[in-house]
Amino acid sequence: MFEKIVYLDNAAATRLDERVLEAMRPYFFDLYAVATSQFGYSLGVDARDALDSARGRVAVALGAKPEEFVFTSGDTEASNMALKGVALALGEKKGRHIVTSPLEDFPVLYSARALEKQGFRVTYLKVDETGRVDLDQLRDALTPETILLSVQAANQEIGTLQDVKAIGEIAREKGVLFHTDATHAFTRVPLDVREVGVDLVTVSAHTIHGPKGVGGLYVREGTPIRKWMDGGFQEFDLRPGVENIPGAVGFAEAVELVTPDETARLQGMRDRLIERLLKVPHTRLNGHPLYRLPHNANISFRFVEGESLLLHLDMRGFAVSTGSACFSRSLEASHVILGIGGDHERAHGSVRFTFGRFNQDEDVEAVAGALEEVVTELRKISPLGKD
Amino acid sequence: MPLPYSELVMEHFRHPHNVGRMEDADAKAMEGSPACGDMVAVYLKVDPETQRISDVSFESYGCASNIATGSIITDLAKGKTLEEAKHISWQEASDALGGLPPIKAHCSVLAVDGLRAAIQSYEERHGLVKERVPTTVEEVRRRLKHVMNPVTGLDLVRTKLVQDIEVADGKVRIVVDLPADHQFAANMREEITDKIEPLWDVKEVVVEFTE
Repeated sequence: MFEKIVYLDNAAATRLDERVLEAMRPYFFDLYAVATSQFGYSLGVDARDALDSARGRVAVALGAKPEEFVFTSGDTEASNMALKGVALALGEKKGRHIVTSPLEDFPVLYSARALEKQGFRVTYLKVDETGRVDLDQLRDALTPETILLSVQAANQEIGTLQDVKAIGEIAREKGVLFHTDATHAFTRVPLDVREVGVDLVTVSAHTIHGPKGVGGLYVREGTPIRKWMDGGFQEFDLRPGVENIPGAVGFAEAVELVTPDETARLQGMRDRLIERLLKVPHTRLNGHPLYRLPHNANISFRFVEGESLLLHLDMRGFAVSTGSACFSRSLEASHVILGIGGDHERAHGSVRFTFGRFNQDEDVEAVAGALEEVVTELRKISPLGKD
Repeated sequence: MPLPYSELVMEHFRHPHNVGRMEDADAKAMEGSPACGDMVAVYLKVDPETQRISDVSFESYGCASNIATGSIITDLAKGKTLEEAKHISWQEASDALGGLPPIKAHCSVLAVDGLRAAIQSYEERHGLVKERVPTTVEEVRRRLKHVMNPVTGLDLVRTKLVQDIEVADGKVRIVVDLPADHQFAANMREEITDKIEPLWDVKEVVVEFTE
């Protein structure tokens, strides 16, 4: 049996909503056929209809047409598809220059690095101390050889929102394709492709109480992109593989279950937590105070290290995340905190809290109280901050 | 609640032994840095007649392994002579905790280094003069035995990852037999630099990878 905990790491993964499971169930046991062409057997045709319907439901949340949405195995695959797919399509024709931000999540960052190894030139934009991209530098960075601009809609760690509308305008002005990783922003922050000049958008179900292993890429009609996986011709010949119909349906359901009221509730919890924690001495907020994800709080605590904070909180029944090097899989401190000019100590002492549907109001005071105790304890045994 | 840590590690994490600043220490040392997210300060009280460590305490900035190894090192050092304490190995510290995950082996090395640095500091002040010997390839190799491979929990020299060492005019060049985009490449470069740069005649440390 699993113990009951206060789960505050919704940016990493979320608890599935029961209604999502119910929506998916028929596609495991009753309508389990592959999505055949319209000339196939009825079960397959019905499966195709279900897939198309799910596609439409997710697309509408982006302001997109159904045929502009490709289902993938998640945001990692979607971002890889965007960067490598465009590189494959335009690398020989237009140029070999890519522009992105240093704060991107790994799928974008490491895809860019992989392309660098293949001879592409990558420009990493300047960001200010809150993580917002410098728009003037962005404009100057785009050249006739630039094949893609990739800037996230929201940051996965510090929650800072980028001005995608302004960025989209600049990209259009310069004739450069614009990809945005909206994994953490989708449904929580407005993003309509009819209003924003964006060509590719990464989304995922796992951040909004949908199933893991399901995501997608919005591809504006006419965007030059080549498939990088080979196999069948599914997903408009962009992404082969047996379609994950239960997953697609689950994703659609999850998307529709997010409401502005819920987001406002999460934002209230976020604000109360930030206010409460900044009262603890020697703390600072990471990311922009206003332009930030409604459910994300990220605070650095001086003189103590994140992994011990995390373990102490775990023992008290709270799940959070940290930018400490010890916690990362590569033993490197958070590239996001370092990227906004923070030092290693600030990264090691950073804690990320991300709220979700199943958090209660009292979770805020509960975690704040526990954190205060833990920080006090750890500061007592720390060699730092005493003189 | 399955954890990567043994019960002993968790116990030392929850209730560290001998933790706190010693105001009237005979010697103290600090190893590691906030930059690595790992620091240990060790304080000693030494009986001048018997040369035994009569009291020892530590402070810690770091993960559970860091706190646990700091704690265990004070248990192991208390009552020992300086000579005996100098020979406490990181393996001993790790074993005394019921073992550590390989990725955390560097924490026990840090605790041992902290203790040894404190002992050295005591000795420097009480008679033993430290000579400034020019850095050699052998000295670099010796120090690289304190850099752990997070995958195996064993040091770089023992796991034959050090392909080449060059020492010339204050520049030390080390070639590590791993790809440059290896999961822990960046971390290893940092650790190696931290261990070699402090040497008195080293101006620059260059770490290269084989792919």
